[in-house]
Amino acid sequence: MNSIRQADFGTPASKKAAEITLTVDGFDITVVAGTSVMRAAALLDRPIPKLCATDTLEPFGSCRMCLVEIEGVKGTPASCTTPVTEGMKIVTQSPRLEKLRRGVMELYISDHPLDCLTCAANGDCELQDMAGVVGLRDVRYGMDGANHFDEASRVPVDNSNPYFQFDSTKCIACSRCIRACEEVQGTFALTMQGRGFASMISAGTSLDDFFSSECVSCGACVAVCPTATLEETAIVVHGVPTRSVETTCAYCGVGCSFEAELKGDTLVRMTPSKSGGANEGHSCVKGRFAFGYASHKDRITAPMIRQNTTDPWQPVSWDEAIGFAAKRLKAIQAEHGIAAIGGVTSSRCTNEEVYAVQKMIRAAFGNNNVDTCARVCHSPTGYGLKQTFGTSAGTQDFKSVEQTDVMVLIGANPTDGHPVFASRMKKAMRAGARLIVVDPRRIDLVRSPHIEATHHIPLMPGTNVAVMNALAHVIVTEGLVDEDFVATRCEGADFGRWRQFVAGSENSPEALAEVIGVEAETLRAAARLFARAKNGSIYYGLGVTEHSQGSTMVMAMANLAMATGNIGRPGVGINPLRGQNNVQGACDMGSFPHELPGYRHVSDAVARALFEKDWGLKLDPEPGLRIPNMFAAAIDGSFRGIFIQGEDLAQSDPNTQHVTEALAAMDCVIVQDLFLNETARFAHVFLPGTAFLEKDGTFTNAERRLNRVRPVMKEATGLSEWEIVCRLASAMGYEMSWPDAAAIMDEIARLTPSFSRVSHGRLDTEGSMQWPVNDAAPDGTPTMHVGGFVRGKGRFMLTRYVPTTERTTRRYPLILTTGRILSQYNVGAQTRRTDNVRWHEEDVLEIHPHDAELRGIASGQRLSLASRKGATTLTALISERMPQGVVYTTFHHPVSGANVVTTENSDWATNCPEYKVTAVEVRPANEPSSWQIEHEQRHPGTLAIADPAQ
Amino acid sequence: MNETNVVRMANQIAEYFSAYPEEEALAGISGHISQFWEPRLRKTLAALVRKGEPGLDPLVIAATKELAAE
Repeated sequence: MNSIRQADFGTPASKKAAEITLTVDGFDITVVAGTSVMRAAALLDRPIPKLCATDTLEPFGSCRMCLVEIEGVKGTPASCTTPVTEGMKIVTQSPRLEKLRRGVMELYISDHPLDCLTCAANGDCELQDMAGVVGLRDVRYGMDGANHFDEASRVPVDNSNPYFQFDSTKCIACSRCIRACEEVQGTFALTMQGRGFASMISAGTSLDDFFSSECVSCGACVAVCPTATLEETAIVVHGVPTRSVETTCAYCGVGCSFEAELKGDTLVRMTPSKSGGANEGHSCVKGRFAFGYASHKDRITAPMIRQNTTDPWQPVSWDEAIGFAAKRLKAIQAEHGIAAIGGVTSSRCTNEEVYAVQKMIRAAFGNNNVDTCARVCHSPTGYGLKQTFGTSAGTQDFKSVEQTDVMVLIGANPTDGHPVFASRMKKAMRAGARLIVVDPRRIDLVRSPHIEATHHIPLMPGTNVAVMNALAHVIVTEGLVDEDFVATRCEGADFGRWRQFVAGSENSPEALAEVIGVEAETLRAAARLFARAKNGSIYYGLGVTEHSQGSTMVMAMANLAMATGNIGRPGVGINPLRGQNNVQGACDMGSFPHELPGYRHVSDAVARALFEKDWGLKLDPEPGLRIPNMFAAAIDGSFRGIFIQGEDLAQSDPNTQHVTEALAAMDCVIVQDLFLNETARFAHVFLPGTAFLEKDGTFTNAERRLNRVRPVMKEATGLSEWEIVCRLASAMGYEMSWPDAAAIMDEIARLTPSFSRVSHGRLDTEGSMQWPVNDAAPDGTPTMHVGGFVRGKGRFMLTRYVPTTERTTRRYPLILTTGRILSQYNVGAQTRRTDNVRWHEEDVLEIHPHDAELRGIASGQRLSLASRKGATTLTALISERMPQGVVYTTFHHPVSGANVVTTENSDWATNCPEYKVTAVEVRPANEPSSWQIEHEQRHPGTLAIADPAQ
Repeated sequence: MNETNVVRMANQIAEYFSAYPEEEALAGISGHISQFWEPRLRKTLAALVRKGEPGLDPLVIAATKELAAE
């Protein structure tokens, strides 16, 4: 048996509370009611043989291997489907059971190829293990009868999926894969085709292979397969891993825990951790399989410099690169002032790395010009939740969704963006939870196998606040307010004013229906459903925040949750689905220009004094520049140097022409990244970064969960990112160092009240924790605002609907909105360098059939997408999930130039860009846009690396 | 700093707070600008207020009198 395989208790843990005592093989054990006999025995370290059972799936009772004897019970019941009862006496091993199990195993093996020595699962095969456990010595039926494995009858191996193969000759028809696809992933892509001996697992229809089927490559089926039927391609190539390190995925804000499984220093497989608080054993195609970018040939591992951005890059030593960078930055400050430089932190980096960068900027650069990529995603969450609740964070853990009755999902597409959480949502829906989707597009969660949203509100982009006000109007005017909650938990005067505001006729569904583009009765029905739910929860994404009223919308959602009493217990709450794994953490660590770590304003003299004492210098009490302000200041000449940690501003930020003009205007652009990205075209210093597999630290996911990121392998660059930052800070004149990443977290805990009881040691021994982790909550806080809000009483804010200034015209009659796709991630720097490109080789423009027909556009045709800011050329995809008048694209490929088209509009409170609303026109075109031609021409010069021999 | 942008940003803030009674709106606008705007932005705005930039929302002008006087 594979020694690094995670423990398997056969059936899931029961969620009941009552305890039951029973006897297994003469030993007493007490377990909770609802526990299976199989699990009880496994807990007593008396595992019962099994094939169809595994503890990530509900018991199925098909393989007949797990038979036991129970005193007073006739026959030999299956232990997986038999719940324990008080006083039950169980025998797990007897001559009768031995004979029965061996007989069953004989039947399995009679139709199984005996190529164990050359089988990919050799040493990691449950069938092989069980044959040994039951003492199988021969097969009385021989191997010559009807079977699935001889040359005449075997079906070729399906290698269509780049990450795993399907070899039906080895299938024992246990249905684990089908059940995993249904119960865990919720896709229902697999089925059992045929009957009796002809039974065979099938992905999709009989014409499909795995790649062409609806399979989303989450790996759940592969994880549970007890044989080599579904096997990772990497295992076929490399063999079974021999050691594992638990770490955290660096993709989306779900923050899944994985066992990184290695042979030597070669990472072979990532297996989702069953003990992972965020994912509980599940994964998606990115985290599970798309890690090959870390060793991709494009990766840069040596520091590089150049005098001008037209020069080729010169690889140099760390000392030379850091000396060059520090000299340039100091020269800029000497000539243009202390505030002429700054930096940007990354949500792809650990808390410790982010903390180091913001400390460098505040202490060594001497200003607060630090911002983070949350500026362009969830900065309105920070503003809105702080105003209403008192702190900037989601209120629940992911598991909370199991207890919700009605979910409102707004501006998020979890099946693509946050797939593991989407599986939790689908599971909750199959168990009876209702869903209201607020999204212009008919996303998968509106209707897919075995789930259907009760209401879909396909609003016109930009009318979120109108929708919230309409829902609130119904709640207030139809007596659906939770008056007790509001009276005891919220500021009375603010609530009174808000109630009067939303009750106004201008906020009625009837008044707003035309603006929103949805019938009033649908809005009314949705409001009633949410307000009357025992537990109502709100989940949202960037379709909420990336608007000119992003912050208003966050406050409107908070108002709705407070008005209906849906805060402060499991099953309710306001839950931002963060785009990147460490968005929450990067914000917590003081990455905003107005806040020190722990969300304390820089003007707060008491908080500042704490840092000044610890850091040994005076800090600037003025807020610094936000990223868009940095660009504006660069163009006017007052901001001339920037340190960019793991962020590709030139691809990810809106209005590309403006961004690149700003970058080109600077005297010193320093990029710390894995690859020479689009921003590096404008850089003078490249400091190679570390992949997540090389990092030591923590990520904080969307549920405020601090997860350990453990080094799976040594840094390819020879230095951790925070060490590089320390060296640069020291070269700038501020001595900064820590002995290790744990010491950085110790400093964070020392200076940040909500982290005061966090340490790497505790996370290593006790597992992940959700902040606040302090004296009041030493083991963390799964649910926030229980009994009271962080700010004391909840504050209702007025949320008048203000239409965006970005409106359709005769010249630009369509609205463009943007998003992500399952297989790719943000600017694609990671996923484009994996086999995930097979699912998404290019960004396409989704357009409604009517809009396409009007313009003579067919699927697959090239088209021009133009706004008042710029134009690009994409391939058309006609899609009925788009509403008329709205088009959609992703931004995963640099050549697409999606942000060439987006505008300078931004949220009123935070300057978060209005990515989700751009007025555009679309027309057939067979040539690249002028921007694309220019981009292509610029390519070789700006990314060339000098030949070391020259 | 780009004056058009500064006018747009200030007016957006005023538009949000205009839902509140005037006294609260003015405090909200000035508080927001002092808490979130870097000094360069504030100086640009102050100069615009001083020169009577016609594109500025009257609420912005009223809320930033002290800033403009600095």
